[in-house]
Amino acid sequence: MIETRLGEFEEVILLITGILPKGDAYALKIADEFKRQTGRDVSIGAVHSTLDRLEQKGFVKSELGEATAVRGGKRKRIFTITALGKRVLQEAMDFRISLWKQYPLLAGKLSFNYRM
Amino acid sequence: VKNQASAPPKLATWFLHWFLRHDLAEDVSGDLAERFYTYAENRSLFRAKLDYWYQVFAYLRPFAIRKLSYANQNSIPMFQSYFTTLVRGMKKNKLHAVINIAGLSVGMAVAIIIGLWIKDEVSYERHFDKYEKIGRVLQHVTNNEQVGTWWAVPWPLAEELRTDYGDNFRHVVLTRGADDHIVSYEDKTLTQIGTFAESDFAELFTLEMIHGSRQALSDPSSLIISETLAKAYFGDANPMGEVMTVDKYMTVHVAGVYKDIPDHSELANIHFVAAWELLYNQTPWIKNMHNPWRPNAFTLYVGIADNHSFEQVSANIRDAVLKNLNRELAKRKPALFVHPMAKWHLYSGFKNGHQAGGLITYVWLFAIIAGFVVLMACINFMNLSTARSEKRAREVGIRKAIGSLRSQLIQQFFSESIVTALFSFVVALLIVQLSLPAFNLFAVKNTALPWGDGTLWLYGVGLCVFIGILSGSYPAIYLSSIAPGKALKGVFKATRFSTMPRKVMVIVQFAVSVVMIIGTAVVFQQIQYAKDRPIGYDTNGLVSVQSNSNELHNHIDVVKEELVGAGVITDLAEADAPTTESWSTTSMFDWEGKDPDLSVDFANIGVSTEYGRTIGWEITQGRDFNRKFVSDSLGLIINETAANYMGLKEPVGATIFWYKEPYHVVGVVKDIVIQSPFEPVRPTFYFINRGAGGHMLFKIPLDRPMQEALTEIQRVYKKYNPGDPFNFQFIDEAYARKFGNEERVGKLAGVFTSLVILVSCLGIFGLSSFVAEQRTKEIGIRKVHGASVFQLWKMVSKDFVVLVLISCAVALPVAWHLATKWVNRYGYHVDISWLILLLGAICIIMLTILTVSWHTLQAAKMNPVKSLRAE
Repeated sequence: MIETRLGEFEEVILLITGILPKGDAYALKIADEFKRQTGRDVSIGAVHSTLDRLEQKGFVKSELGEATAVRGGKRKRIFTITALGKRVLQEAMDFRISLWKQYPLLAGKLSFNYRM
Repeated sequence: VKNQASAPPKLATWFLHWFLRHDLAEDVSGDLAERFYTYAENRSLFRAKLDYWYQVFAYLRPFAIRKLSYANQNSIPMFQSYFTTLVRGMKKNKLHAVINIAGLSVGMAVAIIIGLWIKDEVSYERHFDKYEKIGRVLQHVTNNEQVGTWWAVPWPLAEELRTDYGDNFRHVVLTRGADDHIVSYEDKTLTQIGTFAESDFAELFTLEMIHGSRQALSDPSSLIISETLAKAYFGDANPMGEVMTVDKYMTVHVAGVYKDIPDHSELANIHFVAAWELLYNQTPWIKNMHNPWRPNAFTLYVGIADNHSFEQVSANIRDAVLKNLNRELAKRKPALFVHPMAKWHLYSGFKNGHQAGGLITYVWLFAIIAGFVVLMACINFMNLSTARSEKRAREVGIRKAIGSLRSQLIQQFFSESIVTALFSFVVALLIVQLSLPAFNLFAVKNTALPWGDGTLWLYGVGLCVFIGILSGSYPAIYLSSIAPGKALKGVFKATRFSTMPRKVMVIVQFAVSVVMIIGTAVVFQQIQYAKDRPIGYDTNGLVSVQSNSNELHNHIDVVKEELVGAGVITDLAEADAPTTESWSTTSMFDWEGKDPDLSVDFANIGVSTEYGRTIGWEITQGRDFNRKFVSDSLGLIINETAANYMGLKEPVGATIFWYKEPYHVVGVVKDIVIQSPFEPVRPTFYFINRGAGGHMLFKIPLDRPMQEALTEIQRVYKKYNPGDPFNFQFIDEAYARKFGNEERVGKLAGVFTSLVILVSCLGIFGLSSFVAEQRTKEIGIRKVHGASVFQLWKMVSKDFVVLVLISCAVALPVAWHLATKWVNRYGYHVDISWLILLLGAICIIMLTILTVSWHTLQAAKMNPVKSLRAE
């Protein structure tokens, strides 16, 4: 059985994978971006581990990219979101919004109208 | 543009690659390197390195760690395969299998039996609540220029400790010591062992009361009795309140019944306890003591306070006796200390004022022997497995070629040895079960295998795994290292180097065997030496009868006349102790020329004039006591040791002061061994005791049937002393009991030594079979060229004999050293002669030759046509 639910950290990593320009979405850069966006430190290993899990769930796919000198001639593993991944993100957001809409204090005051 | 110094830490990189999944290796190391160089540039090199390490460790996550590529295999069939191989191997090599299992199971059986014995020995005195806070007060004293340890103390010490040292103790309990007493109820009179103790006795030893309370003894006319004693006198009736008499003159009532004190205790034989006050009030010699600090005749037990240690208390009370002594007695410098209950049984030996020896020596001795027997068996296992390595090399080669890892082969050999060990364990349990009755008889124990006890199984399995790993370690490492290519091509040959460990192990085995055989021989030699010691009198036909009342003494002449007339005895004497014991010593002994500061301790025995004649002692100077000389009532006979010790030039006629009263020496008697036959004779003197001594010595002529004589003696005894039970002992038996401990150890050591040697011989038996088989062709060729059977036998046996010779060279000095040390513990001991060392060595060499010959002769006798035709 494939695990399809998305954890919070997974969701953020998945989003950052989408935010980064194609070719820059590899573990190190994702970890750096996470730090930049959230201010929280995270190890590359932790990010990689999440990416690995997302890949197993079919939300991202990976391939080896270019190598650079600063990497000691080692290639990067570039992650890209799959269609399934996009759908899951959408569902997660929809679910949140539906919850937010039921939240009495803010009911009716928020409008979400963009789609991916 | 990066130099070596600014590269990521090598160790961390190595570690990363050690655990990281192969398919992640490239991008992960790339990421980490990129991060490292960025950090190194923007921050500091140190930070970068630190971060690198952190990142490496952060990759220690399940997803990233390389799967142990074989861990996911189903390994059960593999183990099944190992098992099949093991069984096949055993079937093919029945001899080796039998040697392995026999050796291991004998080794384990010995280890288990010794383990049970040790468990039994260390369990003494452990069943009292707070036993770790109970102790007995002993004293080190200096007498005859030597420090000795006395187990008895003067009676006022109890009160002294309570008043002046009270905060050290919870309880202070003075007792008379366990002794035989005549206990009667109505018309039932029996001899029972019991004691007189202060009222805290039951509380201190937390006796389990069935009836009455632990405080019962605070009433001086009360008595508490054991369950067994209650049964003996009252059957199932309630004994509470019944009136009994102790020693016929002390009337007491039963105020409590306690559960028998368990066997494993020094106090186990105490079946009644009466109040100390009762004894004190009714015993004139205690009550009217001229100086109560002088006689050391009482046992003092204490429960120390919870916040004190034995060392503290011992240091505090050290001089509690000394400060109460007069100048004369203070010369012996008594130093008190508390001997903890937990040490009573095992650590009961003292030498020169320090704890030394005791049963613990034997516990260690046997534990070491058990260790050696197991080691011997393990060595056999290792040797036989590596010796067969050439044969197994193919199997190892094939397994490796199909993809076995070295770790799997190691696993295989360990599982083989552990399975063999487990199987041997089962056999060992059988052996133990069958031999325990004999062992119990031997060791005077009542041990049994605790089948239902989980710890037995825990230890058992632990032992198996330990032995399995120990004996499997060398084959596992050695055999698994064989290169598959060589093995399969058949060029694998055990090198000279590979046989080295085997040789060393054989040398170890035989060195141990030689040491043990010599050790055992020395033990027996020492026992025999002590047995052959002239003891100064004739124990044959000598019977000692206890008599606690005056009735027999008052009729002594009539008794003697009657018995001599009937021809059942030749002589009769009275004494205050049987000849095998002396209970009284004195320090109040002065002679001309004695150093005034010298503290002496002479044994003294009060006897009737016929004593010497009855026991058949030998007067070397002067004369024996004689009824005709009235002055003999102030006469002494001293033994040779005493005469030498006092340095009297002319002992006969010399005046000696005993309690300042002048006595004269009438004769010197040849030393009589009274106490331990292993120790020097103590300075002793004999004096005339006109009163009842308490012991009658009957000399029964040897031509008289013993039984008939005893019946007659008993008849006469009962006639004059109808109230007392007739308790007698044969002096020769009592004397023989002095060897009991040594003989028991000797016999056990003998048995264990034989087992060690058996296991060692099994080992070379197996090795020789292997060597003979390996050299079949060589022997065939030599034979064709005209070698005789004898030459061939000599050639093959030589290798083993050389090893054993080396063992002897190693073992002899060790054996000599240990034997000398052991023998020196005894005051009266043999000197270790080189002859016994030589005999031990020759014995082992002969055994080796015999063991090895079985196979070498077979190989040598074989028809060369057959041995050369093979293949």
